[in-house]
This record gives sequence, C-alpha cells and structure tokens, in this order.
Amino acid sequence: MPKVTVETVGRVAKLAHLSLTVEERATFARQLDEILAYAESIGSLDTEPVPPMSHAGMAERLREDAPRGGIPQKQVLASAPDPADRLFRVPRVIGG
Amino acid sequence: MSDLWRLTASETARGVRDRSLSAQDVTRAHLARIGSVEPAIDAFLQLLPERAMESARRVDDQVAAGHDPLPLAGVPVAIKDVLCMEGIPTTCGSRILEGYRPPFTATAVAALEAAGAVVVGKTNMDEFAMGSSTENGAYKKTRNPWDPGRVPGGSSGGSAAAVSAGMTPLALGTDTGGSIRQPAAFCGVVGLKPTYGRVSRYGLVAFASSLDQIGPLARTVEDVALAASVLCGADALDATSALQPVPDFVADLASGAKGLRVGVPWGFLEKGVDDDILARFRDALADIEALGARLVDVSLPHVHHAIATYYIVATAEASSNLARYDGVRYGFRASGARDLATMYGETRDRGFGAEVKRRIILGTFVLSSGYYDAYYLRAQKARTLIRRDFDRAFDSCDVVATPTAPSTAFRFGEKTGDPLQMYLADIFTVPANLAGIPGLSVPCGLAGGLPVGLQLLGRPFDEATLLRLGHAYERATPHHEAFPAL
Repeated sequence: MPKVTVETVGRVAKLAHLSLTVEERATFARQLDEILAYAESIGSLDTEPVPPMSHAGMAERLREDAPRGGIPQKQVLASAPDPADRLFRVPRVIGG
Repeated sequence: MSDLWRLTASETARGVRDRSLSAQDVTRAHLARIGSVEPAIDAFLQLLPERAMESARRVDDQVAAGHDPLPLAGVPVAIKDVLCMEGIPTTCGSRILEGYRPPFTATAVAALEAAGAVVVGKTNMDEFAMGSSTENGAYKKTRNPWDPGRVPGGSSGGSAAAVSAGMTPLALGTDTGGSIRQPAAFCGVVGLKPTYGRVSRYGLVAFASSLDQIGPLARTVEDVALAASVLCGADALDATSALQPVPDFVADLASGAKGLRVGVPWGFLEKGVDDDILARFRDALADIEALGARLVDVSLPHVHHAIATYYIVATAEASSNLARYDGVRYGFRASGARDLATMYGETRDRGFGAEVKRRIILGTFVLSSGYYDAYYLRAQKARTLIRRDFDRAFDSCDVVATPTAPSTAFRFGEKTGDPLQMYLADIFTVPANLAGIPGLSVPCGLAGGLPVGLQLLGRPFDEATLLRLGHAYERATPHHEAFPAL
C-alpha cells in the first residue's frame, strides 16, 4: 500500500468536511501511515471465500409502517444554533 | 457523616423497598460523598442534585403508596454523557455538542428511572467515546481513584471512577471496543458489556453502530445483574434491539460455577501482557477451578487481527455517524463563515478534538475509492473469521477467560502521543465487540497497588452464565471489597 501523504490527508479531509491545519495534516499523515502499516496484517488472511460481516448477526426486522408522533418542531429548533421561524438558518449555499 | 454511600445497589434497593431506608437519605449521602471526593476525581461533567432529590422524593412516595416492584428503588446512578436525557445538556465530551439539550430520553436511562433509580449526574468520557483513558474529553480529565496520577481507563472513565470512589453504586457506560470493561478493570469495579442488541440504543449518541452497546458498572456482580435485568430487552424505538427473552439474572446467580467449562486462549496471551497481570490471571483461574469449574485450552486463531479489524470497521462507521455534526441543527457552530461549506469545515475543525478528527480521517480513508476493498471489505471478512473463532471455542467451553487489559492503569500522557499504543490497550476487549458477544470484567486483585480485571466472555445472549461465574468467583475472593483510599 502507498504511504499516506499530507496530500492524501488533505483530500480525505475535504471529503469529511474538515479543513485541518498544516500541522494536523502532517501529524495525521504520519500516524495514519503507522496505523495502516499495522493493519496490513489482515492482508495476509485468506479472506477470499469468507463472507463480510457488517453486524453481529441480527435478524432483519421490519416494523409496521404506522404513523406515530414526532418531536414538536419548537423543541427540535430549541437546540439549533441559528433557528429562524420554523427553519434552520445557514450561511449562503452557493458562492462566497 | 452517613455511610449510606457504602451500600451496594442491591442493598439500597432492598432497604428502600422495605422502608428501612429512605431514597432521599440515600441520595443525600451520595451527594455529600460526591461533594467530598469529586474535587479530587472529576468524574462528572454535570451534577443534577436538585433533580436527584426530586426523583428520590418521588421514589419514597411511590414506595409509601405501595407502588412496587421498583427493583432499583432509590439507587443513585451516574450516566455517561453519551446518553440523552430530555432537556439536560448532553456533550459526549465534545465541544461540538456544546449547548445541546436533547428533546428525548434514552430508553436505557428511562428504564433505570422507571425502576426507581435516581440519576445524580452525567459522567466524563473520551470525546464521542473514542479513547481508552478519558484523556480525550474536551472538558476535563478524570483521575483514577486508586492513583490520581493515572487514568481511569476509557472511554467510560467517569462512570468507572464514580462507582470506584463510592459516588454512586451504579453507573451506565457504553462499550464499542472495551469502553465499559477496561475502565472497570482500571478502577477495580465490575462492568458488563451485554450482547450486541441486548440493550436498546435509542437515545445513545452513535459512534460505531455495529459495535456500540450500553451496559452497567457497579461494585458487585449482583448489582450488575440487577441493573442488566432492568436494561435488557427489545425496544420498538431501536430496530437493532434483540427480541430474545431476558432471564432474571439475579435469580440465576445462585447456580454457582460447578460444571462450567472455562476456555483459556493461551495463544492469545503470549505477547504484550504485563507479568503481574498474567500472575493475577493465573491466580483467578486457580480460584475458578477450585469452585468446580473446569479449565480447557481454546484457540482463537484470528483474534490477533482484532485491533486492525476494529480500527478499520469502527472508524469507517464513525466517519459516517459523525457526518451529522455540521453546525446546522444542534450544538456548536463556528460563526462568521461566508458560505455553507466553509461553515461546515470550520465548525467541525473547531468542534472536534484531535482523536475524533484522526478517526474521521482514517474512517473516510478506508471507505474511499481505491481503498475500500483493501481495508474495509477485508476487515469485514476478518470480522467473520473472528466471530467463527468464538463460535468454535464455545463448542468446547461455556466461557472464555482472559485478562481485561494487558496492563494496569497507565499514567496521564503515557500513550497520548502514540495512538497505536493506545489502541493496543484494547487488545483483549475488542474481539467481543467484533463478534457481538457479551463480556464481563470483574476485579481479580491488585498489581503494584492498582486493580486488575478478569474478563469473562460468553455466547451471544448468555450474559447469565458470565454473571453466574463472576458472582461465584466474587463470593469466593475478597477482591471486590478493596476500596481506594480517598
């Protein structure tokens, strides 16, 4: 596997909506490289015939599609950093 | 000063129910105890003394009115600050949830309160439960009651320290890779991670959804069993909660250890375990054998891949779960950003601490195009192999025993500079989360004056056998009676 570079961290940070400082990028690049080098051990496993496990064996369970009460709008908006009337207000979406 | 804080949860509930104790007196005694030791420990992010006294008064009224059973009547309980309580700030130890007051209450907390428990406060934790030392919280560091220079373990370090120091007899924690069991071991208390799906996670702030589980910490196995009986069970509000019947864990305790087969995976314990931990572990095995259980060798050939597997699966899931913190609907928002994308970035940059960012980056990386198959998919397959290891082991034994952690509590700052070393502290606890099986940590003595934990792992939904063995061991040994000098 290729070494994790500062550029890789920058690209991934963008995907994750993090900007990160120059120092953070450098530190994370070094640490991620170390962690992933450690994780290389699972590359030695013969996993070809093994099914992936996404959760610990819960049976799929569906509930009735019946309406039920939600949380009152006022209560939900009470924790918003910038509520406006019945809405969440945010800075402009397009352009600077 | 009243010594009521020394009572176990079971003793307290019995006393309040037969009216030889009042819930209000019990609560007052614990609040006083908190007043005297909390300044040295810093287990709590928030105390709720008035609400606690009000709850206690209600419990006394209910008991007086003949409203029983309340299996946890008047039992003071501390709640890890990752569980929501309506109208009460919930931070997850993170700046990004500053000011957040959830509009709902976690099912687990509601269940405890409905059973008569009295919530006294919210406990400190590693930010978003990411850590093994409670050093990653944004607000404070919690000290180990056994040695103030050492960490209490994590991420449920506040809950473990509160119980260890006698501030509450019972606490709730969460365990994604060992976050109940490891701090329980470091602080000398009992901690149970139930089977995946056993306890409803409605109202729990998610870290890694295929691994997270809520569970109790207490000073005796009986108390953990009592709390587990209240906490376990299906919940319509959590589709991942299991429909399995819940036995009376307390009634089952009496069955003893005789005839149980206890598997020891010696191959897994060869490297990286401190000598004095292994010595306490061997002592514990001898005690268990003397109780009439039979020791058998088992092999878990893939568990040494557990840490690698875990840190891929858990961070991948965390990167997705933590995408919701964007400064729009709740919590902290960075001010002054001119457009939405910048606001997201600045909010998350300033709201999250270093460990959370590191894990989001790692998780986003292993899910990203070109790396998914090599890391995430492969880790999911390794997870299957680890689960199969346990399935096979449980063909020849009823319980698997290991130390809970490879060392005793470490010093502040000892591992913070090296994330991989910190992750390796979870080597014995992580496999149970990957396999979805239950795990119990019980105190098994001291090493260098610090508590050591014995971990018992069981078949899915067989918490009863773990509690039964843990209880028999506890009855036969004095380790749970040790109290830190405060």
